[in-house]
Amino acid sequence: MLTSQFLLLGAVLFCIGVYGVIARKNAVLVLMSIELILNSVNINLLAFALRNGSADGHTFALYIVAIAAAEVGVGLAMVLLIYRNRRSIGLDELSEMRG
Amino acid sequence: MISAELLVAQNIGFSVIAIVMIVAALRVVTTSNVVHAALWLVVVLSGAAAQYVLLAAEFVAVTQVLVYIGAVMVLFLFGTMLTRARIGAERDLNNPYWKLGIPVAGLLFLAMAIALVSSFGDEQLPSDPRVVSVGEISDQIFGPYLLPFWGLSFVLLAAIIGAIVLARKD
Repeated sequence: MLTSQFLLLGAVLFCIGVYGVIARKNAVLVLMSIELILNSVNINLLAFALRNGSADGHTFALYIVAIAAAEVGVGLAMVLLIYRNRRSIGLDELSEMRG
Repeated sequence: MISAELLVAQNIGFSVIAIVMIVAALRVVTTSNVVHAALWLVVVLSGAAAQYVLLAAEFVAVTQVLVYIGAVMVLFLFGTMLTRARIGAERDLNNPYWKLGIPVAGLLFLAMAIALVSSFGDEQLPSDPRVVSVGEISDQIFGPYLLPFWGLSFVLLAAIIGAIVLARKD
């Protein structure tokens, strides 16, 4: 197996996630795109862990999984709160903090 | 030492899983149904777990299945259910300027692909990898990476309390 095939798979997933973050208006779908990005980072970390024969990449991949879980929990709580106040989760309608 | 047949099998497995993951990821960002997007995300996450197994990271793969497919997907489906009166296809999920995302993502991929191919080219991964045991990972977490682990514990605590405070009805 080549190193670059895993890195390229990570790059493809990362770019699809970036496209999702830019293109989507629905807040839940933006959170899903962020999950895609975090997974591509994990693939890269584990590929380099295998390449260098070290356990550091595994440790960081586990940390990223935990961070992603916390992020989804808080993110969906915020989405729920926004929905309760405004009856909509379109991200373009949240302009209260505009200066 | 891994035999040649196994290497071929690994490459075929990688290609099949990678194609399935990319198609599913494209469906996540293009489908017009939020529940379908969540289910396609399950496919991507399972494929990622399979790739972790190919990369000799069994513990991370099991954690991925437990945390992502077990917990995060349930959260997503609950989030969809609680913020939406009806479940089904709908228009208006994209920004008006969504086409801007295609050149941005394309250029980003082009830049990353050129950089990756020129620096790693056809470098082979070690064919008899050192298997990282769970004990070794725990030695890492509770040894040199103890400080980030503490930070992570505080992040999780803050996330739990924050989610309760945000979602409380009063």
